[in-house]
Amino acid sequence: MPQMNMIQALNSAMDVMLARDPSVVVMGEDVGYFGGVFRTTEGLQRKYGEHRVLDSPIAEGGILATAIGMAVNGLRPVAEIQFADYIYPAYDQIVSELARIRYRTAGEFSAPVVVRTPCGGGIRGGQTHSQSPEALFAHVAGLKVVMPANPYDAKGLLIAAIEDDDPVIFFEPKRLYNGPFDGDPHKPAVPWSTHAKGEVPDGHYTVPIGKAEIVRAGHELTIVSYGTMTHVSEAAARGLGLDAEIIDVRTMVPLDTDMICQSVARTGRCVIVHEATRFAGFGAELSATIQEQCFWNLQAPILRVTGWDTPYPHAFEWEYFPGQARVARALKAVMEAA
Amino acid sequence: MVSKSRLHVPKVPARPGDKPDFSYLKLAPAGKTPRPDSNAPAGEIRYLPEGLVRVLDDGHQAVGPWNPHLDAKELQVALRHMLLTRVFDDRMQRIQRSGKISFYMRSMGEEAVSVAMAMALRPSDMLFPSYRNQALYVVRGRPLLDLMCQLLSNTRDMCKGRQLPVMYHWGEGRIFSISGNLATQFPQAVGWAMAAAIKGTDDVAVSWLGDGSSAEADFHHALLFASVYRAPAILCVVNNQWAISTFQGFAGGEYQTFAARGPGFGMPGLRVDGNDCLAVYAATQWAALRARTGHGPTLMEHVTYRAAAHSTSDDPARYRPKDDYAHWPLGDPIERLKNHLIRLGEWSEERQAALSAELEDHVAASWKEAVGYGTLTEPPRLDPHLMFEDVFKEMPAHLARQEAELRAELEQK
Repeated sequence: MPQMNMIQALNSAMDVMLARDPSVVVMGEDVGYFGGVFRTTEGLQRKYGEHRVLDSPIAEGGILATAIGMAVNGLRPVAEIQFADYIYPAYDQIVSELARIRYRTAGEFSAPVVVRTPCGGGIRGGQTHSQSPEALFAHVAGLKVVMPANPYDAKGLLIAAIEDDDPVIFFEPKRLYNGPFDGDPHKPAVPWSTHAKGEVPDGHYTVPIGKAEIVRAGHELTIVSYGTMTHVSEAAARGLGLDAEIIDVRTMVPLDTDMICQSVARTGRCVIVHEATRFAGFGAELSATIQEQCFWNLQAPILRVTGWDTPYPHAFEWEYFPGQARVARALKAVMEAA
Repeated sequence: MVSKSRLHVPKVPARPGDKPDFSYLKLAPAGKTPRPDSNAPAGEIRYLPEGLVRVLDDGHQAVGPWNPHLDAKELQVALRHMLLTRVFDDRMQRIQRSGKISFYMRSMGEEAVSVAMAMALRPSDMLFPSYRNQALYVVRGRPLLDLMCQLLSNTRDMCKGRQLPVMYHWGEGRIFSISGNLATQFPQAVGWAMAAAIKGTDDVAVSWLGDGSSAEADFHHALLFASVYRAPAILCVVNNQWAISTFQGFAGGEYQTFAARGPGFGMPGLRVDGNDCLAVYAATQWAALRARTGHGPTLMEHVTYRAAAHSTSDDPARYRPKDDYAHWPLGDPIERLKNHLIRLGEWSEERQAALSAELEDHVAASWKEAVGYGTLTEPPRLDPHLMFEDVFKEMPAHLARQEAELRAELEQK
């Protein structure tokens, strides 16, 4: 099977869908001739033309608004916001419009827009190239919210998102673009070719939206995570020699509550790990849901490991980033609880 | 023939491998664009965006109604500021390549915009820059050492390690914080100017953004509020032709000038040769006087060229001809001012070379001192606990708890 990194897998997903469905268009800043600042749309304009792969003005609000209009007129736009940190000028169009068009028109209109956007830190990007704002979108009724953690899922989920009749906010953890990352910046980079999920079929397939995945089965505790942090969590548990069950949430909305709660009910212990700030973060939703459904099975409080509640600081990247040490402290605390 | 709509995609004049082509540029000879009174009603000067304010002609002479008649000493100061900015930029670019700083953005080719504007303004005027206005700091006298310490995120970093390199600020020097998010500073400058008018001072607010950033809604907010309240503001579109890989045609520059948006909002639109230090100076004087005397805002378009990459993360050879800048019809701002001074008999190639060497030494010495305060990777380092300060004025309890968690985490390591 072909080996792909996450960028190639995402490119392949758009390539497959542009070829299969003439209503699919790709749009965004620098995505056309240049092929995107991360090369994710490389070659697509050459192959499908300037009417299918559009270079947009630098106006995120405009990109989202026109994507909605195109979708209302029957297209399936895949809009790139170059960094999630730059999505806020489009927030009104996403929250007040995109998320609610089906609802407020009783289904007469809908806007199946996919918003692709690189998120997360670990690349020395400072506060304007490192944010993880998934909770701001998961909180909005009417948006599906997705974040893959490997190339196979990235392609399958992006195709599923494009085929979905509802809007999807598709977060791409950019630290994972070129390889899995276990949280240690001093180790040499590892390519996706070393990872089973770096094997990606060339053609069409989907990974269902709304389904989490058990990336490692285990008995001692459940780690619930997504994006870059699934890899950091795996390494931290391995470092402690724990038999952890590790769940990659993959889709924040709709959330695979069944898989997560069944696992915690079995293990009785749970640590939630995400890169975003803690306060009112997505971990709070996970923790509340698990507590509601698993209270009588819990043997320890549910702990969260997250970024701190500060803007993302350039000089303190690795003190901010929830690396293996922070995850390990929480794992130990949960295991040591009575 | 049946006619039907067809999506128009702006044309890019030249791509890699093509011959550079600037035939799309509307030029005017130096001295040709008239200079109205700075208090002229906006409705009577709607022609300005179609012109191009230029002072330096092809023979390196200062000509026409916009000539600000600066003396040789002032011209030499401007030359020094521009050259220092370029020497500093070049050195920081090389240092980024060596890994000592994480990121850098040069202003090569655009030095005249910041230098001449800062020189023509008063120190009390407030500046809201984009990330390519570093020369404002040079003119207003911030030591390079301070800028370098910011680039290094070291123990003397004005941002205490919290910002990406080049995102400077300077309260005392009246230069607002640079944001990585585009165009946000533009309407903020208008708000500052509105406050100046409310308070009854005669200070002016000045802001800059790129042709690409003018696509953001904040650009339009700025023009609307400035014109509605007749705010004492100078709003500058630095049209350097490129927004990373995106040509200015995609920002709406294909059929009309950016300056032409001014009259649409009821304010003058001055289109200026941004590589002509004297033209930029004169246009700024005009707009500042207009603002200070209650005649409201001016939209200024600086026609210039982004001679270098967008940033150290960019490679323009992928999307435009490599030798584009050598063919740019408005030349290089440093070369043009140098040649003007030589023509006046006030400068020489020898003095230029000596100045260049002196500035190289100054930059090198500043760098040597700066790294003594630490680098991103070498001690001394800023205390990581600083990351929890200034989120709020007083640290709330949840942040204090997180700070303690980090302390425990670091002690365990």
